[in-house]
Amino acid sequence: MNPNLLWYIPLLPFVGFLLNGTLGRKLPRAAVTAIALLFTAAPAAIVANIWIYMKSAGAPLTLSVISKPWIAVSGFQVNFAFTVDHLTMIMLAIITGVGFLIHLYSAGYMAHEDGFWRFFAYLNLFMFFMLVLVLSANFLLLFVGWEGVGLASYLLIGFYFTKDSAANAGKKAFVVNRIGDFGFLIAMFLIIAHFGTLNFDSVFRQLSSHTEVSTCVLTTIGFMLLLGATGKSAQIPLYVWLPDAMEGPTPVSALIHAATMVTAGIYMIARCHVLFALTPAVMTTIAIIGAATALMAATIGMVQHDIKRVLAYSTVSQLGYMVLALGVGAYSAGIFHLMTHAFFKALLFLSAGSVIHAMGGEQDMRKMGGLWKKIPITFWTMTFGVLAIAGLPPFAGFFSKDEILYSAFAAGTTVGKVTWFIGLITAGLTSFYMFRLWFKTFFGAPRFEEATEAHHGHHDSHAGHGIHVHESPLVMTIPLMVLALLSLIGGWVGVPEALHGHAEFSHFLAPVFSSAAEAAPEVANHSVELGLAAISVLTALLGFFVAYVMYYRKPGTGAALAAKMKPVYNLIDHKYWVDEIYGTVLVAPLQMFSRFVLGGVVESGVVQGVPAAGAGITRGLSSITRRMQSGNIRSYAGWLAFGAAVILLIAIFTQVPVR
Amino acid sequence: MVPIAYYLILAAILFTVGVAAFLIKRNVITIFMSIELMLNAVNLTFVAFSHMWHQVSGQIFVFFVMVVAAAEAAVGLAIIIALFRARQTLSIDQVDLMKN
Repeated sequence: MNPNLLWYIPLLPFVGFLLNGTLGRKLPRAAVTAIALLFTAAPAAIVANIWIYMKSAGAPLTLSVISKPWIAVSGFQVNFAFTVDHLTMIMLAIITGVGFLIHLYSAGYMAHEDGFWRFFAYLNLFMFFMLVLVLSANFLLLFVGWEGVGLASYLLIGFYFTKDSAANAGKKAFVVNRIGDFGFLIAMFLIIAHFGTLNFDSVFRQLSSHTEVSTCVLTTIGFMLLLGATGKSAQIPLYVWLPDAMEGPTPVSALIHAATMVTAGIYMIARCHVLFALTPAVMTTIAIIGAATALMAATIGMVQHDIKRVLAYSTVSQLGYMVLALGVGAYSAGIFHLMTHAFFKALLFLSAGSVIHAMGGEQDMRKMGGLWKKIPITFWTMTFGVLAIAGLPPFAGFFSKDEILYSAFAAGTTVGKVTWFIGLITAGLTSFYMFRLWFKTFFGAPRFEEATEAHHGHHDSHAGHGIHVHESPLVMTIPLMVLALLSLIGGWVGVPEALHGHAEFSHFLAPVFSSAAEAAPEVANHSVELGLAAISVLTALLGFFVAYVMYYRKPGTGAALAAKMKPVYNLIDHKYWVDEIYGTVLVAPLQMFSRFVLGGVVESGVVQGVPAAGAGITRGLSSITRRMQSGNIRSYAGWLAFGAAVILLIAIFTQVPVR
Repeated sequence: MVPIAYYLILAAILFTVGVAAFLIKRNVITIFMSIELMLNAVNLTFVAFSHMWHQVSGQIFVFFVMVVAAAEAAVGLAIIIALFRARQTLSIDQVDLMKN
C-alpha cells in the first residue's frame, strides 16, 4: 500500500473547502452539499483502507510520509511529515466517520439557512485542520492543526455573525484558546532548546533512553503542554469557552464536541505520554484537573435549562473523565472513552438539533415536554445516547467509563482513589441530569403551546414553523440511527476481561502505549473490577431514579428543592460565578488598560500623534517654501542674485577657484 | 595707460545698476534694458581683460554675447508685445500667472 495516500486524507477536505469557499456562493445547494459530502466521504474511505491494511498480518504498525524540508535552520529541521499509528488510526476513524455523519446531517439541518455554502466550507476546513493535527509527526505541524481548528471553531461558532452573542462566543473561544496555545508554544520552544528537534519520534526516543534533560525542564514542558490541553479540551481553568460555543449551529456543536477540537487536547496528552510518564507532578495535576472538571461541569449541568447547554456541560464533564484517565496513566481507557463519547455525544447533539428543529427553534426545555410520540425516531435515537452517556450496560459509555473508573481505582495511589470517588459521584450526577433532560423533553404534559409566540431571535433552525411539531427529514435521521447503533455497540470493542471480553481496544492501542502499559498495575483479581462496575451501575440507576421521581412522578420537586436550597442553587445556576470572576479579575482590568492606556495614551497620543506631528511639520515647512513660489519674476531674480552673491562670497572667502 | 581696475570698477557699477534696476523696476521694457546693461557690463570686463592679456578670445566672446543679446531682443520684444496684447499692461507684477 502506498503511504503517499496519507497526503490525500487532509487534502481532500481542503479541496472541498476551497471549492465551496470560492465557488459555493454561485453553486446550487445540491452541488454544495455534494462537494462537501464527497470530500469528507473520500478521506473516510482512505482511512478505512489504511485500517484494513494495518490490521492485516505482516503490515507495519506505523505508516509515514515525509516531505522535503519545510523549515531548515542551521541544524534544526522540520518537515511536513505524517505518521499513522494505531492511536492516529482511531482518531482518524472518529474524525472522518463521525465527521461525515455530521456533514450528512447538516445537509438537512441547514437546508433553509443563508450562507449554506459558507457553512460547509467551514466544516470542511475544520476537518482539514483536525486531520492535519492527528496525522502530524511533529509538534509544529500538530500546532498548525491546533491553531487551524481554533480558527475554524471561531468561524463556525460565530457563524450567525449578525447576532452579537454568537460573534462574542466565537471571540471568546478564540481568545481563551490563545491562552492555551501560548502554553503549547512555550512547551515547543523548550523542546527545541533541550532536544533540538520537534519530531515526536526523536523527542520520545531521547526521553526513553536516559535523557540528560532535567526533570525540572520536563515538568515545565509538561505543565505548558497541559495548559495547552486545558484550552483545547475545555478543562479547568480554560473551560469557559465551550458552553458559549453553543451559539453556533447545532451540527457545529456536535462536530466540536464529538469529533474534533475538544479531543485535540486529549490526543496531544496521549501522544506525549512518554513525556508525561516522566513527570509525576504533572500527571497528578492532570488527574486532579480532570476529576475537578468532571465534577464541576456535572453539577452545573444539573440546573441548565437550555437543552444544548446541558449537553455542553456534559461534554466538559466527560472530557474531564478522559483527562482523569490520562492523569492516572490509563491512556487507552481515555482514548476509548474519547471514541465512545464521540459516538454518543454526536448523537446527543444531533438529536437535540432534531428536537430544536421540530420545535421550530426552541431550545428551552421548560417549553418542551411530551415529545416522544411526535418525533419517535429522534426520541428513540436520543434515548440510546442518554443511556450511553449515563453509563448503563450494554451501551458504549458504560464500558469506557467503567474502565476509566477502574483504572483510577486500581492505580494504587491516593490520588487515584480520590479521583475514582469523584468520578463515581460525577457518574451519578451525569445519569441524573441526562435523564432530567430526557424526561423534561420527551415526557409529561406538552408545555409548548404558549412557547411558540416567544421564540424571537432564534436564528438557529427554523423560526416561524410555529406549533407544528414534526419529525426531521431522512437525511437527518439516518445519521442519528447510525450513531445510535454505534452508541449501543461502540463499546463492545473494549469489553474488559472481567466481563468475559478481550479488551480488544487496549490491545489494539498497546503498541502505542507499550512503555506506559508496563507502569499500569495488573490486577488479576476480577472480582474488584466487577464490584466497581456494579457500584457504578447502581450509581447510574440511582441517578435515573432521582430524575424519574423529580421530573416524572412529582414534577414540582425540582423547583421546590431549588427554592429550599436557594444559596447552593444560585451558586450552581450561575456556574460558580466563574465567568463573572474572570470578567472582574481579568477582562475588566484589561479593558480598562486597553481603553485608557492603550486607547487614550498610545492610540491617540503616539499612534495618531506621531503622524499628525509629521504632517504638521511638513505643512509648516511647505507653507514657508510655498510662499517662495510667488510667480513674481522680480522676486525670483532677487533670489537668483542673492544666491549668486552668496556663491561669489563663498568662492572669494574660501579661496575655491570658480570654474 | 588706464589701469584695469578702473574698467572693472566701472563694469561692477554698471552691473549693479543693471541688477538693481531689474529688481526694482516694474516696467518690462525697463527691465529689458537693465538686462542689456548687465550684458554690457560683462562685455566691458571681457574687453578689458582681452586687452590686458593680449588675447583675442575675450573679444570674440563679446561678439557671441552681442549676438545672443540681439536674438534675445528680438524674441523679448515679441514677448512684450504679446504680453501687452493679452494683459493691456507692461507692469511685471501683473504677470504672475504661474505662482503656487
